[in-house]
Amino acid sequence: MTGTHPTWRVPAASAGAVACAAILAGLAGADRPRDPGTTVTIYAASSLQGVAEELAEEFESSHDDVTVVMSYGGSSTLAAQIIEGAPANLFLSADDVQAERVADQLGGTTSTPFASNSLTIAVPIGNPAGVRKLADLTDDALVVALCSPDVPCGRLSDQLASTAGLRLAPDTEELSVADVLAKVSSGQADAGLVYLTDIARTPGVEQVVVEGTEAVATSYVAVELRPGDGTANAFVDLLASPVGRQVLGDAGFSPP
Amino acid sequence: MTAPRWLLPLAGGGALIVLLPLVGLASRVPWSDWWPLVTSEAALTALSLSLRTASAATALALVGGIPIAFVLHELPSRWRALARAVVLIPLVLPPVVGGLALLFAFGRQGLAGDMFGSAVAFTTWAVVLAQTFVALPFVVAAIDAALAARSGRLEAVAATLGASRTRVLTTITLPALVPAIATGAVLAFARALGEFGATLTFAGSLEGVTRTAPLLIYLTRETDPGAAAALSLVLVLVAIIGVTVAYRPAKAVS
Repeated sequence: MTGTHPTWRVPAASAGAVACAAILAGLAGADRPRDPGTTVTIYAASSLQGVAEELAEEFESSHDDVTVVMSYGGSSTLAAQIIEGAPANLFLSADDVQAERVADQLGGTTSTPFASNSLTIAVPIGNPAGVRKLADLTDDALVVALCSPDVPCGRLSDQLASTAGLRLAPDTEELSVADVLAKVSSGQADAGLVYLTDIARTPGVEQVVVEGTEAVATSYVAVELRPGDGTANAFVDLLASPVGRQVLGDAGFSPP
Repeated sequence: MTAPRWLLPLAGGGALIVLLPLVGLASRVPWSDWWPLVTSEAALTALSLSLRTASAATALALVGGIPIAFVLHELPSRWRALARAVVLIPLVLPPVVGGLALLFAFGRQGLAGDMFGSAVAFTTWAVVLAQTFVALPFVVAAIDAALAARSGRLEAVAATLGASRTRVLTTITLPALVPAIATGAVLAFARALGEFGATLTFAGSLEGVTRTAPLLIYLTRETDPGAAAALSLVLVLVAIIGVTVAYRPAKAVS
């Protein structure tokens, strides 16, 4: 900050302008949309990642001209994006509330429940705090991570606790189940409530098996977003087919 | 300085990139409910937590950052560039990476975990630590620039007249640096107030303890985008007022 004034020369400035234009042109080219007739865009809850990838491959191999494009995120985030006009054909929600929200806002959609999932206790490998049962999560001496009641996994945690007549004592109420898993796998938290299907796909955590948690379940719903969309409808059929059930079951999901 | 005319359309385009999102944010605020939304219990708790943690982080950043800038200034110039780059790293690091780094240092399983990992985990101090990490470089950068602009003549004269180093520092150098310190403090405070990624990764999110205003906005966005926009606007206003009142780019001083 010496206060000297920059002296710019025209050639340098125009070279800069040319470079900027070239960069912008490159960016624009990268974003050219694909042929819309052969692409089905699926917005899927993060917990479906492995399953959805397997099913997308299966779907592409039986539908030669179709490309499946997947986008993953928290169900409420995806719902908000779809309501704002994101170009999705199918929404696979981990939560019926978010599925209903999208159906109400858009109209003309078709909703089909295709799986269910329940919660379980995740602990760091080796269970250093010796968690044995759900009631241990009421212990103030334990560092407990839960989802915030504002997001689907948190609502389910609340239901589970009240069904068991417990008042859980969280040290943090995370914004997504992925954040809970990160806190547990890093050892920051001694225990957390996560989806049953998260245990196998997350390194660094193990499950404490507790009875009765499957009674409180969340329903996974497929929402076909555009009326008369045969390709999206065919994908929903795949979810309900024996092959689809097998893939979902292997990942730990229960039937709807 | 008279700027050439052709800068104008470029400036307009640049300004649009900054202004349009702010207008878009304002367009989504449910104005009739604005006051009840930003004075709801959750909002007030988060805002008060944010103000307290950002103030504490600014204080820590000043206490640590000012001496760092002085030490940098004394280093031989071949080491100074490297040392400056290391100190300024949090400026260019993605916040989530900062959060991970903090976790591996101050987490329960981290390098310093045995010392105070368990004491800090999921407490308000974890938030302050994350905010200090991202805010400190602003203090160092502001004072580093101001020190580089000083000739050191007054200090040399005072020293020849027998003033001790501490006396020179407190009666000559520090008073001359007040504008730079103020600038560094304001930028550090604004950065701490906006901290999100490192806080989420390292400190967690619990109402009244670790859930600062940005975390509440991110959470509310899921269920009530209007409320999130209302609260966002408060942060925008605080930032504009703070920076307008206190931010003065450092000028060359002797």
